Amino acid sequence: MARITLDKLAHSYKPDPQGPQDYALREVDHVWRQGGAYALLGPSGCGKTTLLNIISGLVVPTRGRILFDDKDVTQLPTEARNIAQVFQFPVVYDTMTVRENLAFPLKNRGVPKAQIEARVAEIAGLLDLTSALDRKASRLGADAKQKISLGRGLVRPDVAAILFDEPLTVIDPHLKWQLRSMLKELHRKLDITMIYVTHDQTEALTFADTVVVMHDGGVVQTGTPEELFQHPAHTFVGHFIGSPGMNVLPCKVEGAQASLAGQAIALARHYPALAGKVELGIRPEYATLAPRGAGLPVRITRIDDIGRARIARVELDGLKLAASVPEGASFDGDQAALALQAGQIHIYSDGHLVKGDALPGGQP
Amino acid sequence: MKPVNQKAWLLVLPVLLIVAFSAVIPLMTVVNYSVQDSFGNNQFFWNGVGWFAELLDPKSDLGSRFYDSLWRNLAFSAIILAIEIPLGILVALSMPREGWTVSATLVLMALPLLIPWNVVGTIWQIFARGDIGLFGAAVNGLGIDYNYVANPVAAWVTIIVMDVWHWTSLVALLCYAGLKSIPDAYYQAARIDGASRWAVFRTIQLPKMNRVLLIAVLLRFMDSFMIYTEPFVVTGGGPGNSTTFLSIELVKLALGQFDLGKAAALSIVYNLIILAVCWVFYTVMTTADARADSDAGRA
Repeated sequence: MARITLDKLAHSYKPDPQGPQDYALREVDHVWRQGGAYALLGPSGCGKTTLLNIISGLVVPTRGRILFDDKDVTQLPTEARNIAQVFQFPVVYDTMTVRENLAFPLKNRGVPKAQIEARVAEIAGLLDLTSALDRKASRLGADAKQKISLGRGLVRPDVAAILFDEPLTVIDPHLKWQLRSMLKELHRKLDITMIYVTHDQTEALTFADTVVVMHDGGVVQTGTPEELFQHPAHTFVGHFIGSPGMNVLPCKVEGAQASLAGQAIALARHYPALAGKVELGIRPEYATLAPRGAGLPVRITRIDDIGRARIARVELDGLKLAASVPEGASFDGDQAALALQAGQIHIYSDGHLVKGDALPGGQP
Repeated sequence: MKPVNQKAWLLVLPVLLIVAFSAVIPLMTVVNYSVQDSFGNNQFFWNGVGWFAELLDPKSDLGSRFYDSLWRNLAFSAIILAIEIPLGILVALSMPREGWTVSATLVLMALPLLIPWNVVGTIWQIFARGDIGLFGAAVNGLGIDYNYVANPVAAWVTIIVMDVWHWTSLVALLCYAGLKSIPDAYYQAARIDGASRWAVFRTIQLPKMNRVLLIAVLLRFMDSFMIYTEPFVVTGGGPGNSTTFLSIELVKLALGQFDLGKAAALSIVYNLIILAVCWVFYTVMTTADARADSDAGRA
């Protein structure tokens, strides 16, 4: 059981890294709370697996330290850390039965036999593997194999954190749900830190209390699923989370007014003069399309029914964006009016969120 | 019933003809010889299973020669398998897994495999000579009396060392291919599980090498069981009969003594032994495959 602290951690796979472009992982500072359920979310190649391997000790970072509570473990090998890891492709020892697989980490650590048996039985019960204990592990399906990999981590009573590296990649869709809810349940029952790496936002948002979004070797935002959705700290987070992602449009901002494709838009906050590339972000959920009335004049290119809602693809003077279509609304022709909720508009400068100041007397 | 197109037979015909001329007819000729006794002037007399009975009777001259060389051959195969398989695994385990050294190692390992059998024989025949050979002279220089022309043990050592030199890299390369197919995650998981080096070998590497090892054993057994060229070049089957293997015995019978009937009977029995061993290996391998497939099917 431990709190895991990453202190100015950076890693490059090149022996002699020059600039930031040589780093697979740029400087990361983060504290993983004991017992938390975390997701590490990002596209392929953003450095999340590198970060995971540094925590588990499979990779030694180029710079920085990693602490378990207050103990520096940066140079400690994997087997000396209380870490378990579940990999993308299930790893089982083919020649062993499920029971022997689960007992393996304990056997290697010289735990007495009676204790091993009790522990294996307990974990097999938790993972619903009791009936398969005496079968050959290689004969089971991918989902059961992944449970065994997880079990080999759980079986160690001292394990501080379990790391998951896209563990559901090879699992059938209908079993993914089962395994994911089993994970959540295990997390509630056992006081173990879980760090779950994925590029699937649904997996991340349903599993984790705290989501760490990574992009291009760095952490761009850490927060609850709610925070990531409502206040993306970076245009990347806006794009990456939500389906469809946030609309990000180039604009000009002056005080509490933005100008988008020549149209003036009132903002809920007051902004200082901004340098660099200025963009306006609005989630499709807060951009509502109406047949006519007040709003930006847009041209509808397509309306998709995505089940729980309808999403329109519209164009505003050449700028493409997505907007939600209220229930029952119908359109003649392709012209419509787009209303943006002022409170949900975010302003970004060079990709990063600009906070702005509350308007005097106005809502934040 | 599906319609049957008899024209398909035409497509099989060329293969049938080639197989007939390359295998069936020669084989039948051998069978024909094996049941007859031949004299000069192309005179042949029916002998039934006489040669076979004599061949399989250990008390007869032919039989004792057959059994002696058969045991020699089996002993030779057993010894080189016992050396080459573990050694090949060991070499494969210590081969580099990445970097430029990989290709360098692979080329070096493949070199002995590219040398023709009789050249290998000639190399070792000279290399192991006590007077001018580097190896032979060095061993003698150490005070060990080593002369493969006179001493049966020295002759066996020479042929075994030569075969190990020639073929261990085949086993090593096959094992290396098996090792390369193991994903990194297995090693990482083993480290996390605190497995020792030996446990990693036993639980991950050996099971994954199982199938290539079976192929390696099969190939090396067949090859060593049919060995002819190298002992022929190095020792000529001697000293005495100490390195006379089945194939050398066969050539002595057929071309040395011109005993066509005995030689034919021996080659048929020789062939049947190899076929039987092949069948055993084939059965073992296919059942192993079927087991692996049913595993994969469930996964």
